[in-house]
Amino acid sequence: MPPKYHTTTTPVPNRFPLVTRSGVIAWEEGCLKCARCVKKDCVYLVYQKRNLDSRQMLDSLDSACMDCFRCVQNCPARLIQKGVNPVYRSIGDHYWTPEILSSLWFQAETGKIPVSGAGYGGPFAGPGFDAMWTDMSEIVRPTRDGIHGREYISTSVDLGRKLMALEFGANGSVVSGVPPLVEIPTPLIFDLLPFSPPKERILNGLLRAASGLETFTVVRESDWSPSYEEYVRHTVFLLDRGGAVAKELIDKLRMVEIPDEADVMKWQAALKRVKPELVIAIRMPLSPVSGSRIEELTKAGIEVVHLVANQFGMEEAKEPLFVKDRLKEIHLSLVDRGLRDQITIIAGGGIAMAEHMAKLIICGADAVSCDIPLLVAMECRVCRRCAQGISCPVELDQVDPAWARGRITNLISGWHNQLLEIMGAMGMREVRRLRGEMGRAMFFEDLEKEFSALGRRQKRIEG
Amino acid sequence: MRGRRKFLFPEAKPASSRFRYALNKYRVKIDNGCTNCGICVEVCPYRVYAKGSKKPRTPSEHLCVGPGCEKNAFFCVRRCPVNAITVQLNPSFEILGDKRWTGDLLASTWYMAETGKVPYQNLNYKTGDSGGGFDKLRLLYAADGNGKKPKGSPKDISLAIILNRSGDKRPKVMIPVPFYLGGMSFGSVSINAMLSRVRAAAALGTFCSTGEGGYPDELMPYDDHVITQVATGLFGVREDTIQRVRIVEFKYAQGAKPGLGGHLLGDKVTPAVAKMREAVTGSALFSPFPFHSVYSVEDHKKHVDWIKAINSNALVSVKVSTPTDVDMVAVGSYFAGAHIIHLDGSYGGTGAAPDIAKKNIAMPVEYAVPKVHKFLEGEGIRKGITVIASGGVRNAYDAAKIIALGADGVCLGTTDLVALECIRCHHCESGRGCARGIATTDDELTNLMNLEWGTQRIVNMYLAWSEQLRTILRRLGMKSITELTGRTDALVHIDYMKGIEIKSELD
Repeated sequence: MPPKYHTTTTPVPNRFPLVTRSGVIAWEEGCLKCARCVKKDCVYLVYQKRNLDSRQMLDSLDSACMDCFRCVQNCPARLIQKGVNPVYRSIGDHYWTPEILSSLWFQAETGKIPVSGAGYGGPFAGPGFDAMWTDMSEIVRPTRDGIHGREYISTSVDLGRKLMALEFGANGSVVSGVPPLVEIPTPLIFDLLPFSPPKERILNGLLRAASGLETFTVVRESDWSPSYEEYVRHTVFLLDRGGAVAKELIDKLRMVEIPDEADVMKWQAALKRVKPELVIAIRMPLSPVSGSRIEELTKAGIEVVHLVANQFGMEEAKEPLFVKDRLKEIHLSLVDRGLRDQITIIAGGGIAMAEHMAKLIICGADAVSCDIPLLVAMECRVCRRCAQGISCPVELDQVDPAWARGRITNLISGWHNQLLEIMGAMGMREVRRLRGEMGRAMFFEDLEKEFSALGRRQKRIEG
Repeated sequence: MRGRRKFLFPEAKPASSRFRYALNKYRVKIDNGCTNCGICVEVCPYRVYAKGSKKPRTPSEHLCVGPGCEKNAFFCVRRCPVNAITVQLNPSFEILGDKRWTGDLLASTWYMAETGKVPYQNLNYKTGDSGGGFDKLRLLYAADGNGKKPKGSPKDISLAIILNRSGDKRPKVMIPVPFYLGGMSFGSVSINAMLSRVRAAAALGTFCSTGEGGYPDELMPYDDHVITQVATGLFGVREDTIQRVRIVEFKYAQGAKPGLGGHLLGDKVTPAVAKMREAVTGSALFSPFPFHSVYSVEDHKKHVDWIKAINSNALVSVKVSTPTDVDMVAVGSYFAGAHIIHLDGSYGGTGAAPDIAKKNIAMPVEYAVPKVHKFLEGEGIRKGITVIASGGVRNAYDAAKIIALGADGVCLGTTDLVALECIRCHHCESGRGCARGIATTDDELTNLMNLEWGTQRIVNMYLAWSEQLRTILRRLGMKSITELTGRTDALVHIDYMKGIEIKSELD
């Protein structure tokens, strides 16, 4: 594998004990003092290794226990039980579930992809990204053995406008102006954080990680600090209306974002005059009119559009659609009009797992942007207390940027490897070809038609 | 079933938990006010209680029917003269299981494996909590609708299926139950777990696949009931292993990780495993994906022909996963000369796999089976091939449902592990391997289980399944499981029914 696709990871330990799904409840009263206590037989030695975290006053037993139930079943006096951890149930919300947060923590800590045995234990399907499956290849199509780098799978994408054809002058020289492009090795950029405690150190960590991963972090002009200048090549500068950015800074940037407004094309032209090689993205909240707006702007000459759904992947509307469904529609309509290949679409909002990256690309994005998972990599529990000005339970404002960089790098490396798993199974050798490949995915609403016919009867049912 | 004599089902024999206490849904507690009068020991017909020196003991809590027992005259809580007994939900039970395999499904499978009987303890042993597929499908019994009463005794109902329907000169190979046991390699599970499954398959007159880890010598007495697997790693595949069996299975893909090769962690590659697989001790084994010798149906035919040439009596099964064009894969396999097309849906599997693959790649088998069945029927070739479904079949009801959707039979793996007291903690790969001594190669852990116990547990469970399948068929007015194939009119999906038509989940 070429070095640009290889990310070196090292385990980066948690600062706080993990919030785990269950806890061990062991009583002393009634203990028979057996010669050989079942606790000594623990296969994982969790009772021998247990200790108390002095900061949080939490027993390591709960996070080390692997739920094998042997002590529960073997204690003669039945003094050991397991119980649901109420804290676990209360973290996150309906979208950012405890399961997702735990999986992200694991990836940020280890840099590994989550692997488990004994089949899948989750729901059959669900809303949003859980209503689709990706394809695989066997016999009638080749796969691509991308894992462990045995076969080469490219995950890099170019951000910028693309020409459909070159024009040549009378003397054979190229006369069309070739628009600038920036390449990222993983189809993912880091977006603005929807909530966070004072974020100077956090942003520093994000920028370091983006720089190491050769991708970008979107930074709002008002959050910029001269101390970030070292990472300016990996910054997508989000310009504020009326802000005055020094020409020297613009010169160093490779990419900026401007919010979508009526005169956005004029703004773009003004920036191009300052620096023609600057890639300019139009940032647009996802809504039912995004499609027609993008069509209009594409004809007017934009390069990149960055569509942003909310934290739960929903657009701004009375009856909002989920980002994947709206994006399908936008993508297909641009394809119909012969416009799709001219621009780059970055889409984000609700990207919580590696599979969401692959699925959103299948639904028509060239690349995705993610936000909350970057905080979760730093142990965020998505309690959103910071949004109310209450102190962060995991002291995110105090993170060491080097530690944050390690955690985020681990997470994104894990996501990259998982993208390879999905693409390898499909037999896809380039993420650029994955874009819009809806025929290589299966959607709940299509597959379920098989069953909907089974309902229309008037008879008694029994299990 | 090679002989001419009629097949006799084995007997169920008690095989209680290997651990001190079986896990149970309810907790029965006797407080210190107990006078040890012994009434509870006497009245409880489920034998939850046993006599004790100071107060009765509750060695068999898992046989308790819970607070729902209140309606019975023998309800111990009421019968206790000093009100010393409480019966309540077991808090640990909440931790057990997941959406697909709920605590109830686990506990009911353990009970079936212990006794060979259908559970009675207010456990939902028919559906899980996944919110779709099997868990939303219900069998629709015609008995009420058209006035037909179930006829005959359940014993007259046949569960047998024929595995070779091609009409070629090879043996037909009939199995008396509509299922066989899927591949779990030596190395991924212990030799005791593997042998228990093979011996149970032999006792039930059916088959068990070796998985891709080779053919241990210990399996040789059961050659007639072994399916040997040829997978991409070709571990332990030799001419003599192909020649000694009646069915050879090509594993093109597996539901646990569709599109990805097998992976055995270095820790599990003990000297014995390494020898079997002709590999190096302690070094992780990655099976390639796919078969790099097969990129088309024509290449696939070459594979099938190769097996047929080496063993002139063997049937060839083709195990595939469920991509968008699974119907094309199935039809290709038919024309390549396969006897069995085995569809392994994405939610099943036992081996360690990336979570992203288990959840997202390939479609659930509930969608794939009707798609393949209809397509093969449309091509006029459905009668010439056996369709086996796997990947998320957890109980007899799931089996009946997938057969009604178009399969001839099912293949099982996880259920066997649960019968062996797998708790589905999903940590098969941690440390020394499975803490419950199933998916491990650690000597001490392997010895947590003995062969007779393991065999009996699996036999018991499938005897209970068989009883349930016969009951289902009888209520559907059918005499043979073969009548059920493709009968989608025997199914409803409760999401598409009106509320009033939906009866409770349990009878």
